[in-house]
Amino acid sequence: MRLKLVPETTNIDFFRAQYVTFGASIVAVLVTFVLLATMGLNFGIDFRGGTTIRTESTQAVDVGIYRGALDQLDLGDVSIAEVFDPNFRDDQHVAMVRIQAQDGAEAVTPETISQIEAALKTVDPAITFPAVESVGPKVSSELIWSALFAVLAGSFGILVYVWARFEWQFAVGTVAALLHDVIVTVGVFSLFQLKFDLTIVAALLTILGYSVNDTVVIFDRLRENLAKYKTMPLRDMMNLTANETLSRTIMTASTTLIALTALLIFGGDVIRGFVFAMLFGVIVGTYSTLYVAKNIVLFLGLDRSDKPKKDRGTPSEYANIDA
Amino acid sequence: MLTTPLWKRLLIWSIVALGIAAAAPNLFYSRVELHNDAVASIEKSGGVVTPEQEAALADWPSFLPSNLVNLGLDLRGGAHLLAEVHVADVYKSRIDALWPEVRDALRDVRDQVGSVRRQPSVPGILRVSITEQSAMPVALAAVQALAQPVVSLTGIGSNDIDVAQDGDEIVIQLSEAERAATDNRTIQQSLEIIRRRVDEVGTREPTIQRQGTDRILIQVPGIGSAAELKALIGTTAKLTFSPVVRQTTDAGADPGPRNLLLPAVEQEGVFYVVEETPVVTGEELTNAQPSFDQNNRPSVEFQFDAQGARAFGDYTAANIGKPFAIVLDNEVISAPVIQSAIPGGRGIITGDFTVEESTNLAVLLRAGALPAEMTFLEERTIGPELGQDSIDAGRLAALVGMIAVVVFMVACYGWFGVMANIALAINIVLLFAILSTIGATLTLPGIAGIVLTMGMAVDANVLIYERIREELRQKVSPSRAIEIGFDKAFSAIVDSNVTAIITAVIMFWIGSGPVRGFAVTLGIGIITSMFTAVYVTRLVIETWMAWRRPKTITV
Repeated sequence: MRLKLVPETTNIDFFRAQYVTFGASIVAVLVTFVLLATMGLNFGIDFRGGTTIRTESTQAVDVGIYRGALDQLDLGDVSIAEVFDPNFRDDQHVAMVRIQAQDGAEAVTPETISQIEAALKTVDPAITFPAVESVGPKVSSELIWSALFAVLAGSFGILVYVWARFEWQFAVGTVAALLHDVIVTVGVFSLFQLKFDLTIVAALLTILGYSVNDTVVIFDRLRENLAKYKTMPLRDMMNLTANETLSRTIMTASTTLIALTALLIFGGDVIRGFVFAMLFGVIVGTYSTLYVAKNIVLFLGLDRSDKPKKDRGTPSEYANIDA
Repeated sequence: MLTTPLWKRLLIWSIVALGIAAAAPNLFYSRVELHNDAVASIEKSGGVVTPEQEAALADWPSFLPSNLVNLGLDLRGGAHLLAEVHVADVYKSRIDALWPEVRDALRDVRDQVGSVRRQPSVPGILRVSITEQSAMPVALAAVQALAQPVVSLTGIGSNDIDVAQDGDEIVIQLSEAERAATDNRTIQQSLEIIRRRVDEVGTREPTIQRQGTDRILIQVPGIGSAAELKALIGTTAKLTFSPVVRQTTDAGADPGPRNLLLPAVEQEGVFYVVEETPVVTGEELTNAQPSFDQNNRPSVEFQFDAQGARAFGDYTAANIGKPFAIVLDNEVISAPVIQSAIPGGRGIITGDFTVEESTNLAVLLRAGALPAEMTFLEERTIGPELGQDSIDAGRLAALVGMIAVVVFMVACYGWFGVMANIALAINIVLLFAILSTIGATLTLPGIAGIVLTMGMAVDANVLIYERIREELRQKVSPSRAIEIGFDKAFSAIVDSNVTAIITAVIMFWIGSGPVRGFAVTLGIGIITSMFTAVYVTRLVIETWMAWRRPKTITV
C-alpha cells in the first residue's frame, strides 16, 4: 500500500481565489517593509559589530545576576539571553552575552573579555566560556553590503539563466516569486526579532535556490504543454500544469521539510535560526510556486504565435540525449 | 529493453567504487587522523619513528586512501582572526631610507643648488628644500635619476618614486605602481612570517590566507583562545640594538632630530632617548633560544650572522662603558652598559620574563619581524567541547533526517523508493568522497547543507518517478514508461539544478567562513545528486528490470 499525499488526478483551480492569495502575498511583502522600517532586524554581531560570549555552567542561569555583575563594567549595550535546547544535559545551562562594539576599538580587546569573564566567574564559579566571538565595526558594515549583494547577485544570475532557457515573462515570474520568499522570510525575522546573522543570509540564498528549483520545474512542464496544446487558454493550461506537477511539488517539499525538521529538533541551538529560516522559506517557496510565479506570467501574458525558434528549449532537445 | 552500454555501466560503477574507497577513511576518523599525524611528524623529523607513531601507522593500512574531511573551527574548536595589515607603514621606512640617497645625489650638484635641508612632512612623503631656487630643474633631475623601474607585472613602465616640485620644496613619494608592488610584498612577507610563527607552535592544519588587498585570515584549530593566537602573531617583534643618547623620566621630552624617545618595559616612568638608526637589527639574527642567565632568570640567547656580529663587535669595542638599548617593538627591554667588546656575535637578552614569555620571544625572533603592524578586525574562539557538541548534534540530525527520508520514500514509492534510497546513500558517499579528496572543510552549516541535500537529492528521483507514473497511466509498457520517464524528466532536472548551482557558486564567491562551508557542501551535493539520480538510479532500475522482467510495475 502506497502513501499518497496527492490523489492520482487532481483538478484544483489555482486561480479561483487569485485575488485573495496574490493579494495576501503583496500584503505580506508590504508588511515586511513596514516592519523593517519600524522594528528593524535584530542584527547579530556579524552585521553590527560587537562581541558575543557563550557561557556554560552547571548552575542555573540567572540573567539578573549576570546583568548585575556586568553593569559595573560600563560596557554600553549588553544583552543576556538564556539558551534552551532539548539536547542539553540536565546540568548544562547555557547563555549568550552580547556586548556592543566598544568605541574606537576595531575588535574587543582581550582585557575587556577577561574583565567580563572574571566578573561572571565571581557570580558563578562553575561558569565556562565555550565560545567568544568579536567582530569589528569595519568588517560588519562590509558584511551587510556583501550579504545584500549576494542576494541580489543570486537573483540576477537566476533571472539571466531562466531568461536564456525560457521566455522573459517566466524569468520575471520566477524572480518575483523568489524575492517574495526572501522578503517574507526576512519579515518573519523582523516580526519575532530573531537574531539575523551571516548564516541567515546563507539560508536566504538557499531559499532562493529552492524556490527557483520548484518554480522552474512547473515552467518546464508549462513549456512542454504550450507546444502540445496550442489552443488551450493560458489560464487553463497553467492549472493543468500545476495539477500535473502537484504530486512532485508536494513530495519534494515533504522530503526537504522532513530533513529540515530533523535538523531543527536535533541540530543544536547554534544553527537553529539558520534551519528555521530554511524551513520557513521552503514552505513559502512552495506556496509562491503555486500562487505567485504563475500569476505574474499570466498577468504579463505570453506571445503564443507559432515561432519556430520557440522549439529550442522544449524537452525534445533532450529526448535523444544518451542519458 | 533499456540498455546502457557496457562501458558506461562500468564507468558508473567504478566511480561509485572509487567514491566508497575515498569516503571510507571518514568512518574511522580518529584512527586515520592519528595515522596521518604520525606520517607528517615522521616526515618532519626526518624518518625517526617513536613506538606510539609506529602503532598509529599500523592502525591504518597505508595503501588505503587516507584523505579526510577537514573539520572547521566550529566543529573542532580553535581560534579565528581576521587581521588588517597596515601596508602604509612600509612606505614610511622606504621613504626614510631614501633620504640619505637624495642627500648624496644633491650633494653632487651642491655648487648649483646650494644647501639641502629635509623639511618636516607627513610620514611617507619626503620634503626637501634647496637654497638656490633657480637650480630647481637641476635638483629635480638629480633626484629623478634615483628612480628605479618598478618590478611587477602590472607596474611595467613606471618608476618607483614620484618626484614633484611644491613651491620651493622637492616632494618625493612612492609612485602608485610602487605602492601596489610594496603592498603585495608586505602582505606576502606577513603571510610567510605568520605561517612560520604558527608552525613553530606546531598545531594541526592552520589556515593562513590572504583576503582582499590588505587582509589576512588566520584559523588555527586546537589553540586555546584568540587572545593566545593574537599574542603570538600580533606582535611585530621588531628587535633592534640601538645606541642610547640619554635616560630621562620626562615622558614629554624632546628627543631631538633623528632620535627616538622610548619607554622602558621594566621601570615605570623611565624613558630612553635612543638613536633612530640601530647598530644591529633582528633581521641579522641567525638563531634565538630560550635560556637562563647567570642568576637563573629566564632569558633569550641569540646569535648574529657574520655581518651583524662584525657591526656589533665594532660598536661594543668602540663604546665600552656606555649603555646600549635592546628595543623590542618600540619598548626598551633592557639597557645594559657595555662591559667589554663582544666579538663573537653571541649575546643574551635578560628582562623581566617568565619562562613562557622568553620561549615566545625566542619563537618570534627566530621567525623574524613582521614588516608592518596589524589590527584585528574579527576574532572568534570556539572551545573544543562546543565543537564536539555540534558534531554530535549534527550527526544525530543527519541520521534522523536520513532515516525519515528513507522511510518516507519507501512508503510513497515502494520498491522504487528502495532503489532511490540506494542512490541517496551513494550520493552521500560520493559527497564525502569529493569533500575528502579536495580537502574541503566541513562546518556546522556544512552539515546542515548535507542534511538539506538529502532532502533535495530525492527531488530528481521524484521528478523521474512522477513521470513514469504518468506514462504508466497511459498504459505504456513498463520498460518504455521508465525510459520516457527518465528522458522527459531530464530537462526539468537540469534546469532546476543549474539554478541551485548558481546560488551555491554565488554563496561561495561572496560568502566567508560558515557560508562558504555551506556553499561547498550544497554545491557538491547538487552535482552528486544529479549524477546518482540520473545515472545510478537508472542503472539500478535497469539491472532490476533485466533480472526480474516484471510484466507490470507500480511506482
